[in-house]
Amino acid sequence: MAKKLPAVDAVMVGVGWTGGILAAELTRAGVSVVGLERGPFRDSNIEFAFPHIRDELKYGIRFGLAQDVSRDTLTFRNAAEQTALPMRQLGSFLLGSGTGGAGAHWNGQTWRWTPYDFEILSQTRARYGQGAIDEDMQIQDWGVTYQQLEPFYDKFERTAGIGGKAGNLQGKIQPGGNPFEGARASEYPNPPMKRSQLGDLFQTATQGMGYHPFPGPSANMTQPYTNPDGQALGACMYCGHCERFGCDYNAKASPNNTVLPTALATGKFEVRHNANVVRVNMDSSGKRAVSVTYIDLLTGEEIEQPADMIFLTSFTFGNVKLLLVSKIGEVYDPVTNKGTVGRNYTYQLSAGAGGTLDDKDLKVFAGAGAESVVIDDFNGDHFDHTGLGFLHGGSISASSAGARPIQSNPGGAAWGSAWKRAAAQAYNHAVGIGAQVSSLPFRSNHLDLDPTYRDAYGLPLVRMTFDYRGNESKRSQYLTAITTKILTAMGAKNVVGRGLPEHYSIVPYQSTHNQGGAIMGMDPSTSVVNPYMQHHQVSNLFVVGASSFPHNSGFNPTGTVGAMTYRLADALIKRYLKNPGFLT
Amino acid sequence: MSDANERRKFLKGLGLAAVSLGIGAVAEPPSVEAQAQPAAPPAMPAMPAATPTGASPYTYVFFNSTESAFVEAAVARLIPKDDLGPGALEAGVAYYIDGQLAGWYGEAGRWYWQGPWQQGTPQQGYQLPLKPSEVYRAAIPLVNDYTQKQFKADFADLSAAQQDTVLSGLEKGEIDLGRLPARTFFAFLLQNTKEGFFADPTYGGNAQMVGWKLIGYPGVQPGYSQIIEQYTTPFPLTYASIGSYTEDNPR
Repeated sequence: MAKKLPAVDAVMVGVGWTGGILAAELTRAGVSVVGLERGPFRDSNIEFAFPHIRDELKYGIRFGLAQDVSRDTLTFRNAAEQTALPMRQLGSFLLGSGTGGAGAHWNGQTWRWTPYDFEILSQTRARYGQGAIDEDMQIQDWGVTYQQLEPFYDKFERTAGIGGKAGNLQGKIQPGGNPFEGARASEYPNPPMKRSQLGDLFQTATQGMGYHPFPGPSANMTQPYTNPDGQALGACMYCGHCERFGCDYNAKASPNNTVLPTALATGKFEVRHNANVVRVNMDSSGKRAVSVTYIDLLTGEEIEQPADMIFLTSFTFGNVKLLLVSKIGEVYDPVTNKGTVGRNYTYQLSAGAGGTLDDKDLKVFAGAGAESVVIDDFNGDHFDHTGLGFLHGGSISASSAGARPIQSNPGGAAWGSAWKRAAAQAYNHAVGIGAQVSSLPFRSNHLDLDPTYRDAYGLPLVRMTFDYRGNESKRSQYLTAITTKILTAMGAKNVVGRGLPEHYSIVPYQSTHNQGGAIMGMDPSTSVVNPYMQHHQVSNLFVVGASSFPHNSGFNPTGTVGAMTYRLADALIKRYLKNPGFLT
Repeated sequence: MSDANERRKFLKGLGLAAVSLGIGAVAEPPSVEAQAQPAAPPAMPAMPAATPTGASPYTYVFFNSTESAFVEAAVARLIPKDDLGPGALEAGVAYYIDGQLAGWYGEAGRWYWQGPWQQGTPQQGYQLPLKPSEVYRAAIPLVNDYTQKQFKADFADLSAAQQDTVLSGLEKGEIDLGRLPARTFFAFLLQNTKEGFFADPTYGGNAQMVGWKLIGYPGVQPGYSQIIEQYTTPFPLTYASIGSYTEDNPR
């Protein structure tokens, strides 16, 4: 029998960006909040201290800050006719765990998505007609527009101290910024990052080609910064250890140094670490969530925590898994195309080109996770797709995140003296231009529960069925050709394009931008949550994060995750707390 | 006697103190020298055998003598000592791999380890019920069986050219190791060798930061905010490791 604890106002399942933002906002409004985090407590002053945090083997290769997949992982197959097999070690993506979740070890690239993203179906139909949409492509409008989201993008950017240059201030295009972005009410809270030589060459080349380069927006602080909540961050030192690492300068905005301390300072927020939630419990009507059950990983004890409001604030897979194992909502079936839970799983795709700049001292060891120069000319619907055979696109960037020696694995031939010579030559001269490419939802790509494999608590693993569908190879070829052209214009030699392989693989790292499965929308027959990430049938259950995104853009998701979460917090405080019910 | 074999016997005779001597005599690789100020004396790696007295040679904790002979010989060919400087053997990579396999990595710590076991597609990743330590333990005798049949000697006692042929055969999957895929073993061996060559010296490889010096990676520096925009000014490559700050040379 589970031990039942006294009820609290709200419980967060997962203490990363979404749980942290909601905890900070709700506790300041007087709500008592408990955060249940399955990972360990990390004191970033100790765990992220110099020099030990600069350990590539521990954090970059053995994934010291990521989720322990011996306890919970997922199974994967490319297609329904295959048997899904467990992801036995991390690879394609690095799930977060512990205080701050994946927000503790992200790169800090913080984007606003394009206005087109939120109205992708109606805008595509209007411009190209229904015929431009593949039969199996399940794009939909989100039920929230960029304009509605704008104040909350602004709020997240201020909380996280984003450095950048506005391209569209209140409808006026600004020199040096992204002219394709949606109108912003105000400038970024911090100036852009310093530009590496690679970025400078990219800037010059793309400008010369008639494109519109600008500095990528960054949560790596470009100067000492105190956010509106009073949290102080240091300035980035361009040490080249962001993604997969914590920041020893306290210069990378994370839940750990922004929203979590803000919530804790209210005295109304309690975080319980090593607490693995295994179920959301419903009342007999099936319309109200009453509690969550978790395993205390230090004692093995099963504990029930009742709450008035329940927020699934885990990563995409955790959110979808809890809905599935708790049997809340109808499971999506790609054959009948009925059901909603698990629908529209998407990922972040890529394209790009590599080459060498032999006569330049690139100092590739220096950099920051979000140090980049970007063009947005080929993202979203910023270019005419007529006759191209694909929709959407990607942002193209030259990024200097810091080339660490094991991961960058320099050199051409695999081993021996030839490899050694190539490694010595290549390290400081190898360059790449990457396109971060959208991923649109297809009928057969989805998440459900595995029939065979179980986690350490006896629950089925989430099963992922995912492959490249429809026109993604055409889009990849198109963007690869552009990156190849840019790199050549930058003076690079030995330029080789890197498009998508034939099939998606779970093995090499690609991005931790896994989305969908509990998507938002206006129609309960095709979405799990409404545009406030509130469950369509269970009004006190909120499924928060990128699990709610109906498709994946050509940008990193965290900025949009933050904005959506602030929008939910605002609606809860202004409306829901006074009058609990469905938010419209 | 092969070059690799000579080195192995030499190291065995003298203990790891010999490694430090060997490295000290090696010139910086040209690509580094071109942009480097004279390097500060490198910190000693934080491994028992490399203490300034050189009194305590490394003792293998995972590998038995046959296995350590194999791994020393193999890493010496995967990243050889040559005109560019020390190779993986001199960098202590065999010791690094030994330590990794003796620890939680070798035991597949934090890997999902429940059956059923079933071979999948390449896209589904590693699916063998063998932990990294078990891959080495199973594979090394099989490779030696093969070389005994082909060359009447263990891998470690072959000439460098013969060793290269065998490694290449493993890499391409042309050598049959029975139930164990040769390519899988080779992939572990190569990945772990490069890890050991480029990881912080704390882990026993990359002794004297030779891997970093080869490519011009300055190691553990506080930051680069002053140089990121200085496109033409060379960065003074004063190499540092984690141990440079915590043990030998607090800054």
